Amino acid sequence: MDGAGVRRFLLGLAPWVGAVLLWYGVRWSGFVNASLIPAPHQVAAKFFELLTRENLLLDVFVSTRRVFLGVLLGILAAVPVGFLLGWYRPARTFADPMINFFRALPPIALIPLVIVYFGVDEVAKLVILFYAAFFSGVIVMYEGVSQITPLYIRVAQTLGASQIEIFRKVIIPLTVPHILTALRVALGVAWATLVASELIAAQRGLGAMIQNASTYFLLDVIYVGIICIGLIALIMDMILRKISARLLVWQERAVA
Amino acid sequence: MRKRAQFDHVSLAFDTLKGRLNVVEDVSYDIHDGDFIAVIGPSGCGKTTMMSMLAGFQKPTTGKVLFDGRPVEGPGPERGVIFQEYGVFPWLTVRQNIGFGLTLKANHVPAAERDAICDHYLELMGLADFANSYPKHLSGGMRQRLAIARAYAVKPQFLLMDEPFGALDAQTRANMQNLLLRVLATEGKTVMLITHSVEEAIYLASRIVVVTARPARIKEIIEVPFPYPRDETIQERPEFGELRSHIRQLVMDEYRAQQAQMRPVSFSE
Repeated sequence: MDGAGVRRFLLGLAPWVGAVLLWYGVRWSGFVNASLIPAPHQVAAKFFELLTRENLLLDVFVSTRRVFLGVLLGILAAVPVGFLLGWYRPARTFADPMINFFRALPPIALIPLVIVYFGVDEVAKLVILFYAAFFSGVIVMYEGVSQITPLYIRVAQTLGASQIEIFRKVIIPLTVPHILTALRVALGVAWATLVASELIAAQRGLGAMIQNASTYFLLDVIYVGIICIGLIALIMDMILRKISARLLVWQERAVA
Repeated sequence: MRKRAQFDHVSLAFDTLKGRLNVVEDVSYDIHDGDFIAVIGPSGCGKTTMMSMLAGFQKPTTGKVLFDGRPVEGPGPERGVIFQEYGVFPWLTVRQNIGFGLTLKANHVPAAERDAICDHYLELMGLADFANSYPKHLSGGMRQRLAIARAYAVKPQFLLMDEPFGALDAQTRANMQNLLLRVLATEGKTVMLITHSVEEAIYLASRIVVVTARPARIKEIIEVPFPYPRDETIQERPEFGELRSHIRQLVMDEYRAQQAQMRPVSFSE
């Protein structure tokens, strides 16, 4: 690593060190009952205990798979729908209020209905995550697509492009940035919804782990679960940002 | 000489909330093969709309716009357009931008020839050093040259240019005008140029169409007496000066007419 790389790494690390110090600080300050705040080292110890004895990796895997599938399916549906809404103004006038209505509903409020219609299996959890990913993705897609200027399409037409060529060579490249943004937003929302989705009688998963721990007041387990969710979400976002930076080198504003 | 484009009693009007808005009114003129037509008039007068009808983006309300004897139905590669906003594709490199039209089915360019054509225009437009750069790294003048190269690469015999040098500084603008004259001398094209610069119109065009404030009607069609090839020295000639003051007078009259049409702005509120 060169000098600049080291500096950037340290700069990125500093707030984490700060957060841990603050955590210790609050615990030792005496303002809060120490039994309500497990110390960072206790949480770390719990983490290793869960990892070795309780198969924490399985929870991580189950949750990550749920989020991944929910986001994947949600975005697969959101891309064409968002594209149509952004592209055809009448479609937007037609569907906009409806979309905003459903988007405003918190997924957690839908859980009783989801249980009634989809049961308590894996499908039910996926439906909740799909819902969250779809509506956040659709908004990003159609806001983005509706801002594409017709200039590039006109240019392509004057050069002799057919409808199919315009779609393939102009519209798709202009849509890619919005798909990537939709993915990032949906991923964030899906992780936020995960705990709610795992409220539905989940056996394993980070959300289920947190739910179960809260029943027995195992604060250290709750901390481990929260930190795991945050870390995985952070890693996924970093990967997406790397991919974006690679795909969108042409953009004026660097993504990463 | 063969007629390429014809405006035959062309009018265009929009229905707006405040009523009918006439943009172009009863315009008739012909553009012959090899002509360089400059259309000049006050800004917002409907010059661009005129070009837009020939490009195939808008249809006249009444009258006919013909290209090679047939009514214009839509845009096509035989009529190259250079837009005021350039419209270079930001997601493609300079070379890919130039090659864009060559990869389209309608132009029938064999893959083996594409590279040579790209190289030719990269060289001609002085963009060779930036062949693999993205447009975000180019200056305004370079983006304009790229837009021209991209339009030229598909070899349209007819070029429509909408204030192509309007956003450039004076030096770059002069350079681009000379480059355009050089390229036209070797590649022989018919051009319709929309501009609001009187000097640019006289320097480049063989015929100048002066249009009125909105709705755009033809005020006068002026033959420019200078033979091609031209260079900057013609701008020093007395005839150039006379022509310039004549056209400036016409354009200024229309500018004043346009100002008079507008409601005076009130600051009393």
